[in-house]
Amino acid sequence: MSRRRMVQAIQEALAEEMERDARVLVFGEDVEASMFGETAGLSERFGASRVRNTPISEALLSGMAVGAAAAGYRPVCHLMYGNFIYTGFDAIANQAAKFRYMTGGQVKLPLVYMGVIGGGKATAAQHSDCIYPALMNLGGLKVVVASDPGDAKGLLKAAIRDDNPVVFLQAAGRSREQYPVPDDEDYVLPLGQAAVKREGRDLTIVAIGSMVKQALLAAHELASQGIEAEVIDPRTLFPLDEDAILRSVSRTGRLVIADESHNTCGAASYISAIAGERAFAALKAPVCRVTVGDVAMPFSPPLEDALRPGKAEIVRAALGLVEANAASPRRQAMAGGEMLS
Amino acid sequence: MQLTRSQSFVACQKPIFGIDKQLALYRKMLLIRKVEEMLGNASLAAELPGPVHLYVGQEAIAVGVCDHLAETDWIASTHRGHGHFLAKGGDTAALVAEVFGRETGICRGRGGSMHVADFSRGIIGANGIVAGGLALAAGAAWAAQLEGTGRIAVAFFGDGAANQGVLMETLNLSSLWKLPLILVCENNGFAEFSPSATVTSGRIAERAVPFGVAHRTVDGNNLEAVWLAAEEAVAHARGGGGPILLEFETYRLRGHMEQEMAFLSKTYRTNAEVEERRSADPIRRFREALIAHRFATAADLDDLEGEVQDEVVRAKQAAKAAPWPDVTGAKDFMFA
Repeated sequence: MSRRRMVQAIQEALAEEMERDARVLVFGEDVEASMFGETAGLSERFGASRVRNTPISEALLSGMAVGAAAAGYRPVCHLMYGNFIYTGFDAIANQAAKFRYMTGGQVKLPLVYMGVIGGGKATAAQHSDCIYPALMNLGGLKVVVASDPGDAKGLLKAAIRDDNPVVFLQAAGRSREQYPVPDDEDYVLPLGQAAVKREGRDLTIVAIGSMVKQALLAAHELASQGIEAEVIDPRTLFPLDEDAILRSVSRTGRLVIADESHNTCGAASYISAIAGERAFAALKAPVCRVTVGDVAMPFSPPLEDALRPGKAEIVRAALGLVEANAASPRRQAMAGGEMLS
Repeated sequence: MQLTRSQSFVACQKPIFGIDKQLALYRKMLLIRKVEEMLGNASLAAELPGPVHLYVGQEAIAVGVCDHLAETDWIASTHRGHGHFLAKGGDTAALVAEVFGRETGICRGRGGSMHVADFSRGIIGANGIVAGGLALAAGAAWAAQLEGTGRIAVAFFGDGAANQGVLMETLNLSSLWKLPLILVCENNGFAEFSPSATVTSGRIAERAVPFGVAHRTVDGNNLEAVWLAAEEAVAHARGGGGPILLEFETYRLRGHMEQEMAFLSKTYRTNAEVEERRSADPIRRFREALIAHRFATAADLDDLEGEVQDEVVRAKQAAKAAPWPDVTGAKDFMFA
């Protein structure tokens, strides 16, 4: 274990996987100069043919990743900001997400699209989206959101080794903090597996990306009031580890979902739906979503802070559920405490 | 950087290759034509599950280009992709079964007409997105360059696709990286239901100029002219010369899709125009040249046509007799 920033952990993952497999390629806009630092030094180490600076041409880059993967390579296409996925979206949605299916399973597409998501850096509306709900909805992409450096390393290594298209997203607001990161070159976290970041019996908080830290802070504060919150980080949003979430909810009976994306058809909305469908009998209170709402991310820090959920909003949501429950003995009596499924 | 090889073949004066090659290429064009005429009729008879976009009139391009490609070379095609599939060596019966939506289809009924692909033969596939194949071919060309074994990639696209921004992106990057990539524009006069002149400015081949990409404009209805241009382009790409853009002038004898007049609110061309362009039908022209140069008699070519027709009939019968995909497998193949 050594302490690393998220970008350092990602850089280690890329370097280790490039070392391990000569077919791993890294390409994208400014991967040599490396704006965030994840690709720093890779070009010098692995050569300009495997680590390739590209023009600002997302429509082409996203499609080239599909072509290169179909031809046997394992490209990692760095799209810089998650919002730039929109300009490269055609090949991601129409080719990568469907290619294996529509050719009857003829081809594997071991490729990774990378991007930075979320607000907190005053990058304004076109550089702050948490784009994962749109990606989850495609059905043919694995969608990974890393919330801390250790997870980022293990998840990215898994994404590169996976034979399917994976979108690997990192939360912008977390990139300067240092966390312990395993040094093991085979530290690979399986995709599709959630992590219980904190155990608790009274309440489940599912938190995504930058919200994981806020949820842990909230859980700490709740504990001081005698409420033990369990914090779950799905880590992979598609395929989602539904069982891990439902197991927790069936024990606690209360669910808060903290998600830095929009409210309508967001990740929180989907998680809320599965809790309603599959853990209804266990719920002692309505599911509560804590999101940005349906609004673009503003530039000015006070506005941005007001919209991005944080510890305070999560604590308030949690207390609301506990109090709603305490105020409704009939509802408490009705709740069976067991999952329907 | 425009290639300067003589264009004297345009008039198809003298045959440039021997009788076996002449007949093999003629047969391939005929196979594509007969498969598509059958599919057109099947569409009219409501035997096909979905739309088909036919390649009738453009066969010389797929056949003339793919004749120079090895099985390991890559092609990315278009929604009008049956011809490229067959010219690159794709299996006729597997293609037909796919268009009929059967389990025995090349994509097990998951793709249909717009997605026929065979990776074992370098066919990255037809593509339902106009210009969708350009980036895929560029990616395959990058892979080929990294491998260094001499493979190349060919992107077929239409004049309609030339108006997608990704063509500019592809010309720029492939020139910069010297990718072994041939960009084959089949200018068939129509972008879906719009005449090219109403939606496309300038010459498409000349869009290569500012990127320093070699380019050439060739009669796409003349098999020999196509074949020669492709020979040169393949040598250029394989030899490390980087990308090249070939614009083949041709004419789409069928509609954008079959039975389009059943739903279009107005016509976009006259029947007289289509009839007039039939005189330049590449298969008719090639047949006349074969007879004129005494490579074959009309009777020989009629026999060949009969053989091809039999193959197509067998493929259709096999497809119709084949099982539909098992619905319990409807969710298979999303992930490896």
